[in-house]
Amino acid sequence: MTTVEKTPKKKMNARKLRGVKYMLMAMPFVIFIIAFKYVPLFGWWYAFTDFKMGIPLFEQEFVGLANFEKVFGGREIGRVLRNTFVMSGLGILTSPFPIIFAIMLNEIKGKGTRKIIQTVTTLPNFISWIVVFGIAFTFFSSRGLVNQVLKALNLPYSSMGLMGDIDATWIFQCLLGHWKGMGWGAIIYLAAITGIDTELYDAAQVDGANRLQRIWHITVPGVLPTYSVLLLLDISSFLSNGFEKYYVFWNSLVSDKIEVLDYYIYKLGFGSGQYDYSIAAGISKTVVSLVLLTIANMASKKIRGVSLI
Amino acid sequence: MFALKRNNNKIKERTASDILVTIVTYTFCIVFAIMCVYPFYYVIIYSISDPKLTAAGIYLWPKGFNVTVYRQLFTQYDIGNSFIVSVARTAAGTALSVLCTAFLAFLMTRREMLYRKFIYRLIIVTMYVSGGLIPGYLTIKAYNLLDTFWVYIIPGAISAYNMILIKTFIEQLPESLEESAMLEGAGIKDLFFQIVMPLSKPIIATVAVYDAVGHWNSWTDNFFYVGKTSLQTLQLVLYNYLNNASHVAKMLQRYGDISGLRESMGETVVTADSIKMAAIVVTVFPILFVYPFAQKYFTKGIMMGAVKG
Repeated sequence: MTTVEKTPKKKMNARKLRGVKYMLMAMPFVIFIIAFKYVPLFGWWYAFTDFKMGIPLFEQEFVGLANFEKVFGGREIGRVLRNTFVMSGLGILTSPFPIIFAIMLNEIKGKGTRKIIQTVTTLPNFISWIVVFGIAFTFFSSRGLVNQVLKALNLPYSSMGLMGDIDATWIFQCLLGHWKGMGWGAIIYLAAITGIDTELYDAAQVDGANRLQRIWHITVPGVLPTYSVLLLLDISSFLSNGFEKYYVFWNSLVSDKIEVLDYYIYKLGFGSGQYDYSIAAGISKTVVSLVLLTIANMASKKIRGVSLI
Repeated sequence: MFALKRNNNKIKERTASDILVTIVTYTFCIVFAIMCVYPFYYVIIYSISDPKLTAAGIYLWPKGFNVTVYRQLFTQYDIGNSFIVSVARTAAGTALSVLCTAFLAFLMTRREMLYRKFIYRLIIVTMYVSGGLIPGYLTIKAYNLLDTFWVYIIPGAISAYNMILIKTFIEQLPESLEESAMLEGAGIKDLFFQIVMPLSKPIIATVAVYDAVGHWNSWTDNFFYVGKTSLQTLQLVLYNYLNNASHVAKMLQRYGDISGLRESMGETVVTADSIKMAAIVVTVFPILFVYPFAQKYFTKGIMMGAVKG
């Protein structure tokens, strides 16, 4: 600040001029962001109208909150919310999986072995859900590899295959998520483990702690701060299961348990052309998500003194 | 000397529980690693096996050898064209997005900029609030971007998350470098292209790989915004192959008589399954090729993101 005060007026003006210049240079980007991120928000207005195709936005008939009432009074919403809560709940319940994997990886002493395992297990993170679907189909469809093997060994098998088995849907989707994301998710915990002071381990060893005790009393507390942040982020995205995974794995046999909120918003909008309902559902989701994010952020500030956003 | 002694102690002090930890750790890690690799391996060996022999089941090694299916995929099916579309969108989309996002991030580090805080917030908010599916679609439609190649690369030209990553990185660069360049009369563009960009190589590489994988795997934009077959991306074509038995059957039928002729001439026919497998391989291959090299950058990127969080 003091340097600014001491500089001659001419220099101050030059600085101001640069400030204006930089702002003008940022303008195209600002316009771009407004055009692609803020203009769509006008579309929210449709949620308060009785949408008719072909009529301009502000000439649609205004119906107040009727669409919201219909969405939340409809017979499908209960099922959709149940599926959303179950999938997110299972996700949070199993969120320590990457930690367990990271701890195990860390216990592997051979550097080469560890590197190979780490490289290989992050591969599924890099492929699209469509490819995951293709692979799952190859293995778990009615005549997929798993059923072929079970049949050959005379073991019981589900004739529909896992992907058509409605009782297995939730667990199957949850485990698919971990297959894709566990290796990748472990990276951040491995980094946290690397940051733990090695003297702690040495001291514990001198005190006679065995490996399991060292893991439990040193490694686990060492990764907890990282975990708490990621858990709070998980909670703030509780309603966002994503669309892609559930769309590609959707089939009529399992539709009852696989239609989550993001899928439902798609189904209302593109599936049946009820733009007004779809947008009403989307707005509700955004509002609740923002509230959750605010709560998670406050919790993070209180617990760790770190802001999430 | 000391290290050696400690190692000896470790071996001596091994208890039964320590050995159990080792066994469980290695077993789990190796099993999970196999679960991550084998599906890809299986798809590859299936696709290069002789289709006449695959019905009996393939487990560890390919049966026979036949790559007719790949030749046919690229010459007779819609894979060839969609491969080009996917490569084009990945190259153009990544270049555009990296350039725009990096330049905007650089501008945001200029403290003199007028309304800098306001512009920054305007960008950050887009990470948490978006119009949603239908409003987004209606906006794209209003801009006449439906059914164009541009819809793949323009809407994603600026990523708020990547902008934060790059901005954080640039802020860590020594300020003296920029100051001396400015004193020597370098304009903002020289500063960006000749000093900031070269110094920011690690983060630029990270973001570029993120973007490239994202573009390659993206299919919802194709699914929602583009109906033209000539503009279909590889991912969606793969999805059609996987999900639409009739799609593949039609393809087979169209070229069936040619294949029949070929068979009588001693060439093997392709089957619906071998087409699916080969299509998966074609879709995954570029990623298999890129990701081991990219991994170190990815790890860096995820860590920087975590530092922010």
